[in-house]
Amino acid sequence: MNVDWLNFTPWSSLAGGALIGLATSLFVVANGRIAGISGLIGSLLQRGSEGVSEKALFLLGLLIAPLLWGLFAALPQIEFKSGGGGLIVAGVLVGIGTRYGSGCTSGHGVCGISRLSPRSMVATVCFMFSGFVTVFVLRHLLGG
Amino acid sequence: MTKLTAFIAGLLFGLGLLLAGMANPSKVLAFLDLTGAWDPSLGLVMVGAIGVAIGPLTWARRQSSSLLGRPMQLPIKRELDPRLIGGSLLFGIGWGIAGICPGPAVAILLTGHWQVIVFMLAMLAGMLLFTALERRRSH
Repeated sequence: MNVDWLNFTPWSSLAGGALIGLATSLFVVANGRIAGISGLIGSLLQRGSEGVSEKALFLLGLLIAPLLWGLFAALPQIEFKSGGGGLIVAGVLVGIGTRYGSGCTSGHGVCGISRLSPRSMVATVCFMFSGFVTVFVLRHLLGG
Repeated sequence: MTKLTAFIAGLLFGLGLLLAGMANPSKVLAFLDLTGAWDPSLGLVMVGAIGVAIGPLTWARRQSSSLLGRPMQLPIKRELDPRLIGGSLLFGIGWGIAGICPGPAVAILLTGHWQVIVFMLAMLAGMLLFTALERRRSH
């Protein structure tokens, strides 16, 4: 294994993670709701969901976070590696996969593991595993 | 009050993603590239997030209502079914292709990159497809 020490950002990643943990805790402790982004978006797409305003306001906060950030500092680098076709395939898989799997990195990976939920632990192992395999196949088997 | 806490939670979540580096797809892909030049940073995002959340969530599991008097809506399902596993595997493939998961997709939607708009539309289409298939199944 070859660690990329130059791009390794332990402190900002730990601190950013702690903020994510704080946000997750606030939503659960104050609102009694799971901060799972795919679940929040998915339920807003379905008719007759409850708690629409709270879910929409959480997503609104998430949406305008970079605008608030931009008032005080330059936005961090955002670099994409895929073209239009890859993005479309990826988006559809993420959309359908997170709905069938009842969650994503936030709902299972952070919230679920923090609740010690066996389902979320299994889900996290599954998407991490297929993520690792996909990058291996695309970069090292096919990409050369 | 719950509207305010929901908004603040979303805002903190987004700032956390930006600070952590999760909002940068190429950094996410570098974390998933175990056999290449591996960037372990995102493992520490999980450590930081779970480290902070585990205490409050352990408390929450034992409550029937939130501090603001809302019902505590935590999932109760326990069985490991093929939908959970298959869905999560599919999600991971999509995540591995573009390096974007749903949270960062929302958090960088307004930063002026066409790629995230394409991704978001495709993701919403995938979710709507799920809803349509589920409705069909229940008929």
